[in-house]
Amino acid sequence: MIPNNHITQRTNLVNVLWDIQKKRRFINKDDIAKIANEFDISKTELEGIISFYHFFHFKDAGKYTIYLNCSTISKLHNYHEVKKAFEDELGIKMGNTTKDKMFGLFKTSCIGLSDQETAALINYYPFTNLTAEKARTVVSKIREGQSLQSICDFPKDNIQYKPKDEKKTIFFKPFKMGEGLEQLKDLSPEDVIKMVEDSKLSGRGGAFFPTGVKWKFCRNNASDQKYIICNADEGEPGTFKDRVLLNTYPELLIEGMAIAGYAVGATEGYIYLRAEYKYLKDRIDNAIEKFKNAKLLGKEILGIENFNFNVKVFMGAGAYVCGEETALIASMEGKRGEPTTKEYFPVEKGYLGKPTVVNNVETLCAVPRILEIGLKNYLSIGTESTPGTKLLSVSGDCTKPGVYEIEWGMKLRDFLSLIGAKDPHMILFNGFAGECLSMVDFDREISGENLLSEQIQFQFKDPIEYAYKMSGVGLRSGGSFMVFNKSRSIISILKNVTDFFVAESCGICVPCRTGNFLLSRKIDKIKLGHGNKADMEEIQEWSHIIKQSSRCGLGKTSTNCLLTAMLKFPEEFEKLTQNESNFNGSFNINKATHNYDTIIQEIESTYD
Amino acid sequence: MTNIVNITIDGKKYKAQKGKNLVNVAKENGLYIPTLCHFREVDPPLGTCRICTVEVDGKTTSGCTTKVYEGMNVEINNPELLNTRKAIIEMLFAEGNHFCPSCEKSGNCDMQNLGYDMGITVSRFPHVYSKKLVDFTSDRMIMESNRCILCKRCVEEIKTKDGKDVFSFVKRGVGTRVQIDYEEEAKLTDEEALYAMSICPVGAILVKGIAYEQPFGKRKYDKGGNSKQVLINEKLKRKSKDGKFVVATTSLAGCFGCHMSLLDINTELLDVLEIVEFNKSPLTDIKKFSKQCDIGLVEGGCANSENIEVLKEFRKKCDILVVFGECAIMGGIPAMRNFISLKECLEEAYINGLTTELGANVIPNHEDIPKMLDKVYPCNEIVKVDYFIPGCPPNANHIWKVIKNILLEEEYSITHEEFKYD
Repeated sequence: MIPNNHITQRTNLVNVLWDIQKKRRFINKDDIAKIANEFDISKTELEGIISFYHFFHFKDAGKYTIYLNCSTISKLHNYHEVKKAFEDELGIKMGNTTKDKMFGLFKTSCIGLSDQETAALINYYPFTNLTAEKARTVVSKIREGQSLQSICDFPKDNIQYKPKDEKKTIFFKPFKMGEGLEQLKDLSPEDVIKMVEDSKLSGRGGAFFPTGVKWKFCRNNASDQKYIICNADEGEPGTFKDRVLLNTYPELLIEGMAIAGYAVGATEGYIYLRAEYKYLKDRIDNAIEKFKNAKLLGKEILGIENFNFNVKVFMGAGAYVCGEETALIASMEGKRGEPTTKEYFPVEKGYLGKPTVVNNVETLCAVPRILEIGLKNYLSIGTESTPGTKLLSVSGDCTKPGVYEIEWGMKLRDFLSLIGAKDPHMILFNGFAGECLSMVDFDREISGENLLSEQIQFQFKDPIEYAYKMSGVGLRSGGSFMVFNKSRSIISILKNVTDFFVAESCGICVPCRTGNFLLSRKIDKIKLGHGNKADMEEIQEWSHIIKQSSRCGLGKTSTNCLLTAMLKFPEEFEKLTQNESNFNGSFNINKATHNYDTIIQEIESTYD
Repeated sequence: MTNIVNITIDGKKYKAQKGKNLVNVAKENGLYIPTLCHFREVDPPLGTCRICTVEVDGKTTSGCTTKVYEGMNVEINNPELLNTRKAIIEMLFAEGNHFCPSCEKSGNCDMQNLGYDMGITVSRFPHVYSKKLVDFTSDRMIMESNRCILCKRCVEEIKTKDGKDVFSFVKRGVGTRVQIDYEEEAKLTDEEALYAMSICPVGAILVKGIAYEQPFGKRKYDKGGNSKQVLINEKLKRKSKDGKFVVATTSLAGCFGCHMSLLDINTELLDVLEIVEFNKSPLTDIKKFSKQCDIGLVEGGCANSENIEVLKEFRKKCDILVVFGECAIMGGIPAMRNFISLKECLEEAYINGLTTELGANVIPNHEDIPKMLDKVYPCNEIVKVDYFIPGCPPNANHIWKVIKNILLEEEYSITHEEFKYD
């Protein structure tokens, strides 16, 4: 059932799979045989690709496929009661489909709606602020035949804050299409790169690689074809600022991509949009259309010689690791979204082997603004290492969850009062791959200053000394800011973090694949109060091994939260651990023989 | 000459061709970086197994994906890296079902050899007892996913003549496995199938009908290898004392083969008796502890409630607990039931099995009979264990060397032949 309008190019594979998944709700054996034949690959390879992505199913996922978000923030709100409501209402357990194939119920990692949890996607239409009652109402409305489009909740933008002085605002202020592009008439590509370099703009997805340097590398690699890819696979739990940017200012992004294309000499741009944000696709497509109509995309843009650029949207299919740029490229090429070994960087050999720039939404959106307000003005905002503003996605125990545009350099303490954090106890900063912050960090500023000394934090035993020595060290985040008060169990949060990595590891290297799995078991042991000091030491040792030897950033950063939480909240662990013992506390003879007892009972009664 | 760069490895200076792979550069200079996934110039390198983790200019990375450049400073053998590499191999052993004594690839297995090389006696990680698919469907091959370490060699290397993949990764996370494509596999020649089996660094890809071809002693890794220095655990040092050392032994869920091996030192046993007296042990038939012992030797894992009780008693009554043999260390052959439900096991043994008596509808149970556990546990998942002696059975010399080593605080080295998993 391959639609005729698709050519059987490998880069189209994910699209073809999407078509079938949407049409039939699953991909069956016959489809696999046909597609494998058409694309000239083996069936096994194809199954490998399909099984990699969370949103492709081998079994019927139901006419209405419900994906309920099971992230930490969702669990802070109504996850458990909503889950139960869905299960009761549909008569199925999580992970199954009803007998009549009407509904499928699945859980999914963070869907970028942390400011309005508990949230779910039903056929990729968003439903936010769910309660048990609302879940039941939604199901009955669907059963009545109401369209999803009419009953879904289009997510609010929740822009809570921007600098009071509009001159200091970069993102959230009116934007006139073409204003940045207009400037290119007087600027050579080299000028643009120089400007971006001088602006110290760096990768806002969280890696903070200098954007100008990336562009320069790409520009210097001669090639007949180059690509600009916007990474809109915003998968880091707790982050949703790109969602808001894509909904409010997609034009800013498209303009940023066109400028990037001009600077590095690329003529094609792709927006890799995560499947969870499918409801934003129309909005983006419309914006692209507007640009085309205004002749701001296409050939010889604004009459500038050789400035040709076009943008298309590419839909992801559910895989956190695809936010890693080499995995993202592999995914676009119709392969499993596994990160490569960085033998070549994308700027050398990227998409289809051609030099490619992959930038985050926020990074690209900043570029037209720098051109618009001028380098000098831009540098006057923020701090020396990190000029400009930063978008933070705030969720958790606070009165005003949402997106904040703050000037770099704001003190953490001030930010906490800005968001209305009630009695903040722990902060998951920069997502699950980031770090845990506690009271001792409140005097630090949110900026990229003095980051080199970040590692010294593990040298202090005394919290007062820590707070004193670390106060000058900045805090940099890709955007995720989750705050928790004292009533939350830190161990449960860490368990959720570790389980997230167990599910999202691409599975290639053992430290990440199995290391996190074993850590998750260990945390269970501690959680149940069976752990002792030796277990704590093992967690630290294993975390370190995972950090040292994982193949890509996902594994290397997967234990950051755990390690920093152990550093800052030792008392939380101590109260759960026992004295050292020669006997394993988690082994329980009654539990271990329970199975046997039941079997004997059962068989005795059956055969008597 | 501009292509030659100067690099430093473990403090010594070397010259190498610019851009060459670090593992190969080290090899050319007589330095060994262990690898599992790296096997020839695959471009780009796979970098999947992480065993070749080294430190380049202060940052850890994999050696096989590192190209040498001017002035680079590499560390291969600092204690931390050695420990990390050992941990990765141990994690691979814990993750899959590596029952060396019953594995077709034993003796020809790259991973087993690395285990020997690093002197691994036990995995620091608890065993996962993976229950992945064992696929016999293909006419010629078996894909045992529980042994697969996902090195990706077969995925990258084995293709049909028209360039299609025969093997591919499916799923992700901890459930990732390699799947075989039966149609494409049928297109391979017999030589290519054998090649697939030979490049598999473990026993995951097997060609039917040629298992256990080479006898013991003639397998790839039977010869060669270094002796292992056994280190004394300072915390457990014995005070020299008058009188004899007291030793207790027992066999839990094992076959008594390890106890047979105890006797294999022949007349040297008389020397042993000079310094040792036996307390509770099948060798003396003493059933109960009559005093606190210096060393307890435990064979076999824990399959039932009695095993647990005995093991705990040993822990209490023996100052130093030594477990020996595969079953005690990782559950061994009895732990193969961990992949089948207990109910199915019992019914097969006592009710449905071909050899059960007609009309025997009873699974033995009585308050005097120990209860079966839900799975077989290695000893160190129940109690703290001080020393591990691998082997099936462990070599007699190895066992007594360890005992003497502990009691007399003399460090012995174990020869490669004595240190065995199978």
